Amino acid sequence: MRKDISRSIGKVDNREKSSGSAEYINDRSWEGEVHYALTLRSSIVKGKIINITFPSAREDVHIVDYRDVPGKNFVSILEDDWPVFAEDRVSYLGEPILLLCGPDRTVLEEYRSRIVVDYEEESPFLTLQDAVEKSDPIVSYTIDTGDYAGASEKAARTVKETFETGRQEQVYIEPQGVVAEYTEEGVVLTGSFQCPYYVKNAVINTLGWSGEKVRVIQAVTGGAFGGKEEFPSLISCQVAVASVKLKKTIKLIYNRHEDMEVTTKRHPSLISYEAALDGDNRILGVKMDVKLDGGATTGLSAVVLQRAMIASCGVYHFPAVLATGGVYLTNTVPSGAFRGFGAPQTFFAIEMFMNHLAAKVGEDPVAFKTKHLAKKGDATSTGGIYRDDILMAQMIEEVKKMSGYAEKYRLYSEKGNPRGIGMSLFLHGCGFTGSGEADHIKAKVYLERDEEGRVHILVSNVDMGQGFKTTMMKVVAHSLDIPLDQVVFNNPDTKYVPDSGPTVASRSTMIVGRLLVEACEKLQKETGPARVEANYSQPDYIKWDQDKMKGDAYPAFSWGVNVVEVEVDRDTWETTLLGAWSVHDVGKAIDDRIIRGQVDGGFLQGIGYGLWEKMELKEGRVQQATVTDYIIATASDFVTVENKLIDNPYALGPFGAKGAGELTLIGGAPAVAAAVEQALGAEVYRIPLVPEYLMELKKNG
Amino acid sequence: MDKIEFTLNGKQVSIEKDGTARLLDVLREDFSLIGVKEGCGEGECGACAVLIDGVIANSCIVPLGNAQGRSIVTIEGFSGTARYRVLEESFAECGAVQCGFCTPGMMIAAESLLNGNNSPSEAEIREGISGNLCRCTGYNMIAEAVALAAEKGKGLW
Repeated sequence: MRKDISRSIGKVDNREKSSGSAEYINDRSWEGEVHYALTLRSSIVKGKIINITFPSAREDVHIVDYRDVPGKNFVSILEDDWPVFAEDRVSYLGEPILLLCGPDRTVLEEYRSRIVVDYEEESPFLTLQDAVEKSDPIVSYTIDTGDYAGASEKAARTVKETFETGRQEQVYIEPQGVVAEYTEEGVVLTGSFQCPYYVKNAVINTLGWSGEKVRVIQAVTGGAFGGKEEFPSLISCQVAVASVKLKKTIKLIYNRHEDMEVTTKRHPSLISYEAALDGDNRILGVKMDVKLDGGATTGLSAVVLQRAMIASCGVYHFPAVLATGGVYLTNTVPSGAFRGFGAPQTFFAIEMFMNHLAAKVGEDPVAFKTKHLAKKGDATSTGGIYRDDILMAQMIEEVKKMSGYAEKYRLYSEKGNPRGIGMSLFLHGCGFTGSGEADHIKAKVYLERDEEGRVHILVSNVDMGQGFKTTMMKVVAHSLDIPLDQVVFNNPDTKYVPDSGPTVASRSTMIVGRLLVEACEKLQKETGPARVEANYSQPDYIKWDQDKMKGDAYPAFSWGVNVVEVEVDRDTWETTLLGAWSVHDVGKAIDDRIIRGQVDGGFLQGIGYGLWEKMELKEGRVQQATVTDYIIATASDFVTVENKLIDNPYALGPFGAKGAGELTLIGGAPAVAAAVEQALGAEVYRIPLVPEYLMELKKNG
Repeated sequence: MDKIEFTLNGKQVSIEKDGTARLLDVLREDFSLIGVKEGCGEGECGACAVLIDGVIANSCIVPLGNAQGRSIVTIEGFSGTARYRVLEESFAECGAVQCGFCTPGMMIAAESLLNGNNSPSEAEIREGISGNLCRCTGYNMIAEAVALAAEKGKGLW
C-alpha cells in the first residue's frame, strides 16, 4: 500500500552535501587550460566613457569587451536595455565594462588596478524619489475593478497612508559563478543557475549562434532565492563571449563583496493606499499606487510590478479596487528577482494599512481583517475568481491557539509594555502571472525508462536547496508505485532536458510536478524502455487580459498566517524575537519536512527584511557590501517556529500540491512590524525597522 | 617561499609557499579539499571552517604560516569519523541540509561545540553555530540536528 506522500524521507542529496563532496561551480576541475576572468567596472554612477588607457599589453592578459560580442550586446530578458558590456556609457556604479582573462588571477588583479578610464560624468538619479519627481515610469499598469470613484463618493470616510520598503539582498551563501568551455560542438556553460534555459537563450542571443551550439548545465547550486534567476544570464553571456574569442575555458567566480555590490536586489518601493469606508467601518474599496525602483535597467521589473499590484487587496475582498503602478529607473544597481517578487512590498503595506485602519475605527485588528477576508467565489483584485476553498478563518484560529495571541495581545496593549505580538495574513499566486505559462513558457517534460527499468526525470528545473530533486522523485515514485531508488534526477543539462521553464514563481512543484504525474500516466501504458512527454495546457476557464490586467492572474493561491512576538529595548531600540508561529495552506505537502524547511527559512528571510536587512546606497555606492555590514540573522537571533500545515488539495496540482517557496517569506515583515508597533506604541510606515528608525518614531510620536 | 609543515587530516604534509597565503586557498587548490567553501572571504560566514588542533577556525582569515606544526582537520578528514556519521544522520533526520553550501562548515562547528560540551542546551547550540551563516534553513532544524547528535552520540564526545 502506498504511504501518505507528505511523510518525510531523507533528501537524496544530503550525503554529498554534508561530506563536502558535492561539487559547486568553484569546486569543479576542468580539462585543459583554465583562464580566470575578472571584471573591470564603472567607477562612476552615470556618464560617457571617453577613453580607456591600458597598461602595456601582456601575453597572459586578454581583454574582452563589447567589440567582441558577435550577436546582440544585450542580455535577453524583457527589454534590450541591459548591456553585456558597457559600450560608450555607463548608468550605474559597478556596471561591467570588460573582462580581463588569463591564467593567473594575481596578474589580472594587478593589471586591472592600472587601467584608467576617463569619463564625462552626467547628473544621475540616485533615489526612487528623485526619479519619480524628474522622470516618467518606464512601464506602468492600472487595475480597475469595480467602481472606486463611486465607492469613495458613498464613503463615510476615506483614509490615506504611504509606506516605504528598502532593498534586500539575497545572500545565497554560494556567490555567483559560471564557467564557459569552448568545444568543437560549441560553447558549454556550467554554473550556479535557477534557469538553464534563460541562460541558454541569452547566450544564443549574444553570440548570434544557433541553439544546438549552446549547451547549459546546472552545477550544484548553493542557494539562489531569485538572485540566480536573471543575473546568471549576464555573466554567462560575458564568459561565453570570452570563451569564443579566446577558444579557452573561462571561469568567473564572484567574491562576496563583488556579489553584494553588483548583483540584483529586491526592488525598493513607495506605496500609497487609500480606503473608502462606510458607516459600519467596512471597506467599500481601495485605491493603491506602487512605485518600484528598477535600478539602472528594466530587467524583470515589469513582471515584479504586476505581482506587486495584483497583491493590492492582500487576502481581502474589496468591492472596488483602483491600483496604479510604475517602474522608475535610477542610476543604481539593477533590481531583480527575489523570493516573493513584488508581493513582500505590497503585503507589508496592506497589512500595516489594515492594522492602522482597525486602530482608527477602534476595532481589533484581527477582527477587522477577518470581516474583510476573501471567500471562495469572491472576485480577486483583477476581477478573476477565487475558485478553491479558502481556509483563512480556520488558519487564524489555529495560529491564535498555538501562539496564545489573544492573551498576549491584551497584556502587551498595556501602555509601556516593551513587548508586542503581531499577526500577518498573506497569500501567493502560484505560477507565472497571467498568461505567462500558456503563452511564454509552454512547459514540456520528458520521462524516460531505461533498459534497467530506472525512470529518468528530464526537466529544466533545478534543486537550489529547496529540495526539488527529492520532491519530484517522490512524485514520480509514488505515481508509478516504484521505489525511490529506481528514479533518477540528474542536474539539468540542456543537451538532454526540454524547456520545462525556469525554477521561479512558485511554479516548479505545481506546474512541472503536475506534468510529471501526467507523464507517469503515459509511461505506465508503455512497456520496456520508453520516453514520454507531457506539455502544459492552461485550463480553459482561466482568462487573462494583460493590457487591462483583468481576469485570473493565477490558477491557484497558497495562503499563510504568521504571528511574531518581540521585545523592543527602550535604550538601544533593538528588537529581540521571542516567538514565531505560522500556519500555511500549500495544498498538500509533498514532503512535510521539506516544507518545514521552506517555512523556517522563508519566515526568517521575511523577518530579516522587516527588521535587520538594510542596504542603502550613498552616491550610488552600496554601503553594506559585506556580510559584516549587511545583517542577516545568525542562529542566536531566531527562535524555533511552531508551524502547522493545513491540507487543502488543489485539483490540478501533483497530489494536490500548490506553490510554497515564496509564500513563506511574505508574512514575516508585516508580522514583525505589527509586533514592533505594539511594543513601541507607535505606527510603522517603513522597513527595515532598524533602531535609528524606531528611535525617530518614538521621538516624533 | 616558506616551507610549512603540518598535519592535515591525520597525515604529515609539507608545502613550499608564501606563508601569507590564505589557508583556505592552500587547502582547496594545493590539496584539492573542495569541501572547504569560500562564502565571504572575511571570516564572517563559517563556510570555510576547519579544525585547528580541535578548535574551529575560519580558514579564509588564517595565513598558511599559522598552520606550522599544527593539526588541521577539514570536512574531508572529519567525514571518516564515527562522530561525523552521527552528525550526518542527525542532519538528514532533522532536514538540516538545504543548499548545502554552509553544511560542511556547520558540521565542523557542531564538532567543535560538542567536543567542548557534549550535552549543550539549545541556547548553547545556537551560540555554538552562530559563527556560521545559513540563508536557507532559518537554523532551527540545524540546532535540532546538533541536539539530536549529542543525544545519539552519547559517549562519542
